[in-house]
Order: sequence, then structure tokens, then C-alpha cells
Amino acid sequence: MTIEVKDYARSDFQSAQEVRWCPGCGDYTILATVQSFLADMGIARENHVFISGIGCSSRFPYYVNTYGMHSIHGRAPAIASGVSSANPDLTVWVITGDGDGLSIGGNHLIHALRRNVNLKILLFNNQIYGLTKGQYSPTSELGKKTKTSPMGSIDYPFNPVSLALGAEATFVARTIDMDRKHMAEVLAATAEHRGTSFVEIYQNCNVFNDKAFIELTSRETRDDNRVYLEHGKPIVFGPDNEYGIRIGELGAEIVEVSAVGIDAIQVHNAKDPEPGVAFALSRLSRGPHGPTPLGIFRDVDRAVYEDLMAGHIKQAQELRGTGDLAALLRSGGSWTAEQEAGSSS
Amino acid sequence: MSSDTETDTLPTPEQIDRVVIRFAGDSGDGMQLAGSQFTASSAMFGNDLATLPNFPAEIRAPAGTVAGVSSFQVHIADWDILTPGDRPDCLIAMNPAALMANIDDLKPGALIIVNTDSFDERNFAKAGYEKNPLKDQSLRGFHVLTAPMEELTKKALVGTGVKGRAVLRSKNFFALGLMSWMYSRPLESVEEWITGKFGADSPVAAANSAALRAGYNYGITTEEFHHTFEVRPASLPEGEYTNVTGNAALAWGLIAGARAANLPLFLGSYPITPATSILEELAKQKHFGVKTFQAEDEIAAVGTAVGAAFAGSLAATTTSGPGLALKSESISLAFMMELPLIVIDVQRAGPSTGMPTRVEQSDLLFAMYGRHGEAPLPVVAAATPADAFSAAIEAARIATKYMTPVILLSDGYVANSSEPWLIPDVADLPKFPVTFASKPNDGDQFLAYIRDPETMARPWAIPGTPGLEHRLGGLEKQNRTGAVAYDGANHQLMTELRAAKIEAIRKDIPPITVHGDADAKILVLGWGSTFGAIRAGVLNARREHGLSVAHAQIRHLNPLPPDLGEIMEGREVVLIPELNAGQLSKLIRAEYLVDAVSLSKMEGDPFKSGEIEDKLVEICRGLNS
Repeated sequence: MTIEVKDYARSDFQSAQEVRWCPGCGDYTILATVQSFLADMGIARENHVFISGIGCSSRFPYYVNTYGMHSIHGRAPAIASGVSSANPDLTVWVITGDGDGLSIGGNHLIHALRRNVNLKILLFNNQIYGLTKGQYSPTSELGKKTKTSPMGSIDYPFNPVSLALGAEATFVARTIDMDRKHMAEVLAATAEHRGTSFVEIYQNCNVFNDKAFIELTSRETRDDNRVYLEHGKPIVFGPDNEYGIRIGELGAEIVEVSAVGIDAIQVHNAKDPEPGVAFALSRLSRGPHGPTPLGIFRDVDRAVYEDLMAGHIKQAQELRGTGDLAALLRSGGSWTAEQEAGSSS
Repeated sequence: MSSDTETDTLPTPEQIDRVVIRFAGDSGDGMQLAGSQFTASSAMFGNDLATLPNFPAEIRAPAGTVAGVSSFQVHIADWDILTPGDRPDCLIAMNPAALMANIDDLKPGALIIVNTDSFDERNFAKAGYEKNPLKDQSLRGFHVLTAPMEELTKKALVGTGVKGRAVLRSKNFFALGLMSWMYSRPLESVEEWITGKFGADSPVAAANSAALRAGYNYGITTEEFHHTFEVRPASLPEGEYTNVTGNAALAWGLIAGARAANLPLFLGSYPITPATSILEELAKQKHFGVKTFQAEDEIAAVGTAVGAAFAGSLAATTTSGPGLALKSESISLAFMMELPLIVIDVQRAGPSTGMPTRVEQSDLLFAMYGRHGEAPLPVVAAATPADAFSAAIEAARIATKYMTPVILLSDGYVANSSEPWLIPDVADLPKFPVTFASKPNDGDQFLAYIRDPETMARPWAIPGTPGLEHRLGGLEKQNRTGAVAYDGANHQLMTELRAAKIEAIRKDIPPITVHGDADAKILVLGWGSTFGAIRAGVLNARREHGLSVAHAQIRHLNPLPPDLGEIMEGREVVLIPELNAGQLSKLIRAEYLVDAVSLSKMEGDPFKSGEIEDKLVEICRGLNS
């Protein structure tokens, strides 16, 4: 579709609603990055729809001057699937969090992913319930002490990227609130992808779960722990790229490049039709502690739900013509009662 | 019909004006198919009819047991009938369990036709008979005819290519052929159906046709079956008719409603008995541009519909009681966002899983009040299978005109039963084209909650419209602007505005039709699928007992019709029969302070007209004493 798109500034995507996240919240950088990205994306403002559920992250649509809906807890992927199915010309975003998307709305999330509905799902993972003031979430680490787990959480956490790959999502990525440049690159890649894009964004909740991602953000440790995935390139990391990832029989393992040689290092292939290697990469870290892959794990093509739906309508109309209501009402057979017919009793 | 050469020797059928026939067998015996094909050929013949399918919730309950019996009752007549009949005149029993399960319902002297091949010791035991009921005196007072249907079907199928155990699958067609002979039904429409369904050249089509003809010819050649009957075509009002089930009519009504609103139709649904066939029917009609979305659960189903409504479709979701409970939160969201949405609840016996295949009207108060917060919704009900078509159009009209979710109540009886329907002229159907907002409504701004002065509806601005970008949501809205607002005075105002908008629909509801004696002291007030039984019961009470009775059936349950108070005024008795514990009675008491008499039934079956008639006689006796 070619549309005349005017030159937007970030301010064109800022709504009049006052932003009310806590000062210092990671959500601010995500909002600013997304708004800037929208201005550059080349899609008319009226064709963007932001759908969210409930939670801190889900306030997001109020702050973006496009069409939007702040819906109910967990249901955003279902509602967004309806929006996009009804009008596939729209660019539909889902803004969700670890509680909204993986706990109460986990079912809708995995089904949107498997259907490959044309949605861009941004999951802000802060590993805590923020809006309800600090209870453990489905991504909180085992043993985490919160108001509802005073002796430590006994819930084994989800790894969102593993979950999305397990649901055979066609686009799966991870980025982090403190790295705006990387986030913008990932967003740009979602713009090129048709089908569901799933992006986990590590987002620091400085009030209830501060420093959850410190190993990836502090100046001292981040170079040791950020493993950037780049399609077609060997997966190496470290201050001097001295480490790499090798895929062995037991999964992904960290090796010293000098010890194994660069040829032994896995060359990242986001286009691999099978999700197995991407899944192995997603298992490298948890928490996250230690080296953690960031970037696009998987970016493959599969039939898009809306296209299949439109295809069926087109096929049915080619076969049967556009619907004729008068004929439909007679589709079970009909007969005519004449004025004189029958005996009256 | 069959071979003309034998016509001279064939008996002349006895002319009867009506008959109630029940096909009964094991749930794997194909009795629903036999019954519905008998119905279709009767409809084509021009009879008036009403049907009542009855089947277990289990797909294959233990074979041969009473729990596994499936039946299909059809009432055909040469005059306008209202119910599937209180008591069958004829039972076809494919096994002892079918006889055991249905014998008590039969009229004295009823005709019973049994498949003797299944009448053996094993099946007696499964059905709970200690000995062969055909050989003891237990069927005294009935007229019993027998046929070894399985043996005869096996013989008939030789050479069709169908062999082994598969042969017995055609025995329902043998039974149908025999019944077609007994009641002078033509075979053509059934044979056409067989060809259409299985393909002209398929062995299954050949087998079923052979069994059908074998059954018919068995009737011709066996003297025992020579007392035959004929029900002449009914003198229905002139016009073209079709035989329609309630769920098909609802599906078609949604298509018609979308055309009337000039919108694309979107259905988000999750399979649930007895609503599933609406989704199935609409999935077949993609050439109308219908989008059907089979969601992962009931919540997602309504969620997709809410999304489609935001995007500018006529959006609907279909379900039954348990699903309505799951959708409740999303319906409240749609109410808060003031988006049009049609929620169809095909009620079944509850609570919980209850009796999924059996009828009840017990979701009325849930439809009225089953939401958190102050969230009144329009509620409409379908009275008969054919009426479901216009009920769906009416739901679409209210939803789009007033920008609100609407609950449409049907039930398992309306859903699965059928009746002849005078096909409306498509050009005469209502039209209510929707106009989306296209420009700012407050200077150069667009405010999503500025209301239409007449309907109080807010504008419907759909994504893709330049300049009208806005955010909806579940948080309370500031009046006019739609911005998030937490102040108490605004919340009170918005709560009242939302309620006033729904209340204002009352003046847009057509007057109630009063049947029977308009000025009678007794008014029978019903809603939904009790229509036929009440109508017939009132007719009989007036005809047989000389009682003076009025009857009104309410389509709009919220708001209630503006003239309802007037219609109830001055009556000595307002009788409200319902398939629940008295839910409309409670509403009527609450709204009008009328001391209504409740007649309540929760047996999983529709009312019999006789139950209404008996109650009226009892009430009259009370009034006169």
C-alpha cells in the first residue's frame, strides 16, 4: 500500500495526556524510542493502533498520539488480533508486560504467536508487578522475596524468549531499555517483518525491582554480558570479542575464541526455519545473570493470519460470487404455498 | 413417488390433520438425521411443522443404554402449529433403550414401530428390561408394528459396495423410508439430499438410497403396514417458505444485520453447545465477506470482537451460559468504551456444565446484571427459530444506533428446532446504515465522548481516519473529551449518562402485540422460546374451556417495552411461565410492583402447551371460587 506520509516529528506522536510513570522508570526511554521510531517509520499516524492490557506498561497507549486502546488485563493480543483481522491495513502494536502478557494473558499471547497475526508485541519485562506495588511476577527469579513471597518465590519463572520460540513465533527479539540504539534497530526490523513480532524489552523498575538487569547495564559488567546477535555474523562478545558461542550437542556454550578458533563459533542465522538453535541461545542465561543474548533470535516468513483469512474470502467469492442474501435464505430448499393449497381445519 | 403399476392395489391413506412422530434410537443410530430429513420432506410437501431434537451431551454414550438414547420429534399438521407437540402419536424405536426412554411420553393408543433386530437379551439388559417388552403385556394399549430393520438393510445393500459393519449405518435410512411410506411422504427430497451430501457416484449414497427405498418398499409389500396416513399441505399464508433452525436464522440475521448497517461482519467465537452451529454456519458464508475467528477461548472470542468493533466491523460473539460468564469482563469494557457488539447467548440448562444439550432460560438475570460496576445493557430475545432472524437484525440496529453491546438471548430449543418460515423479501428488510465520524467535532479537535443529542450515542471513529486519533480504554472517561478522569463528580455523571443512554432505547421499542382476549382478567406474559407453548396453551384454554385469556410475548427485556405497564394494568392475574426459577417474574415485580404468578419449569425440556393450559384452568378455578 502506498500512502502519502508527511514528515513527522517525535512530537506528532506525543499525546496531550501527562505521562505518569514513576520518575526514573525504564518505560520513559521505551516511550521516547518508540515515538521517535514512529516518526521515522513512514506509516501515516492514523494507521497505527496501540492496544494494551493492564499494568504499568499498559498505560503506554495513552501517551502515544495514534489510535489506541487501554483494555483489560491480559487480553490485548486477542483484541489486537480482532483489530488487525478486521482491518489488515492497520499497523497494530501490543504493549504488554510480564504480568499482563505471561500470567493472566499467557494463553492469548501464545495463540497470537502461533497464528502469526500481523502484530508487533512489545513485552516490557521488569520481573515484578509494579502497578500493584511489588508482588512476584511469572518472570521473577526463584526465591525472590516480595510482599506476596516473604519467604521467597516458589514459582519457577518463564523465559519469555524461550516461550515465544516454543510457540513458533516468526519474529523473536530481545532488547533493553538502557540501549536506545539497539532498541531502535530491533523496532526497525519489526517494521520489515510481516506476521507477529515479539520483542522482550528488559525494563528496569527502579521502585520495586531496581537493578534487576544491572549485569547488562552497569559500565563494569555490560560488555562482558551483552551478547549481540547479528544475522550472518559469528556470535562473539566481551570487551575485545574474546568470547563466542558454540552450539554443541548439549546446547549453546560459551567458549574462548582463541581456544576454539573463529570457525567453531556459531554464525547467527535468524532465518533458520527451525527454531532449535534460537531456542538453545535463549537458554544461555536466566535472571538474567551472566552473558545474555540481545537482538533478533528469529526472523522467518510464514503465512500471515490476515492474508489467509482474506484469501479464503477471495476464494469463496471467486467460486460462489459475492453473497446473495435472497439465495442464502433459500439455501435449505424452499416451497411455495399457494392461496388455495391445503385444507383448513 | 414409487412404482405407479402397484397403485391400484395400494391402500388409500387415512387423512389426518396432524401427527406427532418421534424417531428414537442409540445416539450413533442417526436418528437426528432421519428426523430432520423426514422434516425436510414434510416441509417441501407443504405441511406446517415444529421440531424438537433431544440428544445426550456425550457424543457416544454407552451404546444400548437409556442414557445414550437420542431422539427427534416432529409435529406436522395441515394447519398453523406452534409447538413440537406434547405427546407423540407415533414412536419409532431402534432399540429397547429407545422404547424404555420414550414409552411414558406417548399418547394412549400410539403407534410404536420397533427394529426387532436389536430386541435381544443383551439389549434388554442394557436398557433395564427384565424380559422382552414385545412379548409381555407392557405394550398393551399401544399399536405395535415390527420390522427386522438391520437384516433388511443388509440385504438391500448387497451390490452397493458398502460392506461389513458399515452396512448398519444405513439403517436409519431404512427407518426413514418406512416412515415415509407410513405417512405418505415423497422420497425425492431425501434422495436429492443424499446425492448432494455424499456425491452421486459414492457407495455411501448408493447404500443410503437403497436402504431408503427398501424401507419404503417394505411398507408397500408388508400388509402389517398397510394402514397409512396422510397429512395434507397446510393452508399457510401465500408465499415462499423454507424450513429453518434457530441457529441458522441467527447466523443469517447477523449477515442481514451487517448489510442493514452497511458494515462488514466479524464473528469471534469459541465452540460451545448449543451455540456452535452459528459459528459453523457463518464460517460457510465467507463469500459474504464474513470474517469468522475461532479463538483460543471464550475471552479471546469476545476480545477479537471488541477489537473488530473498534476497527469498524459489525462485531458479534456467540456462546452459551458458561461462556457468557467468561466474557463478562470484556463486555463491561465494550460498555465502558461504548462500542457496538452483539453477544448471543444460546442458553442451556445450568449452572456450570449443567445439561448442555437441554433447554433452559436461566441466564436472563445474568444477561441483565452479570457485570461488575453499573453496566446496564439492552437485552433482546428470540421467540421462535424464524424469529431469531429478525431478533439478530434488531440487536444489530440497537448496537449500532446507540453504540452499545447488546445481549441477544436464544436457547437450545430455538437453536436446534425448526419451523417453516415465510421468506422475507430482502428489499423489505430494515436499513440502518452506519456513518463513521470523519471530521473533528469540537473546533479542530475530535472528542470521542461528545454525544448525539437524540440517541446519546458517542461518535464511532475508526482507526485509519486521519485527524481523529483517540484512545479508548477501561478507565473512567471525562465527559465529552474521553480523557482519563478520576474525579468523583465526573464518575457519577458518566455512570448516569451511560445508564440514561440505555434507558432512552425504551422509546425506540415497538408496541407489544397482545394475542387472545385483549381485555381478559388473565394475562400470560412470556419471553423467548416459550412463545409456541404459551400461544397453544392459551388457544386451548380459550377453545376447550371457554376461558378469557390474553397473551403477550416480550422481545425486549431491557429496556422493557414502554406499553408493558399499561398492558398489565387492571389484570387480576399476570402469569409468567419461564424455564427458570422465576427470573422475569422478579424483574416485573421490581419494575412494576405487579404481583406476578410464576410458572416455573427446569426439566431441560420446553413447556408443553398442556402445562400452560392446565395452569390457566387452575387459576380460573381459583378466581371463580
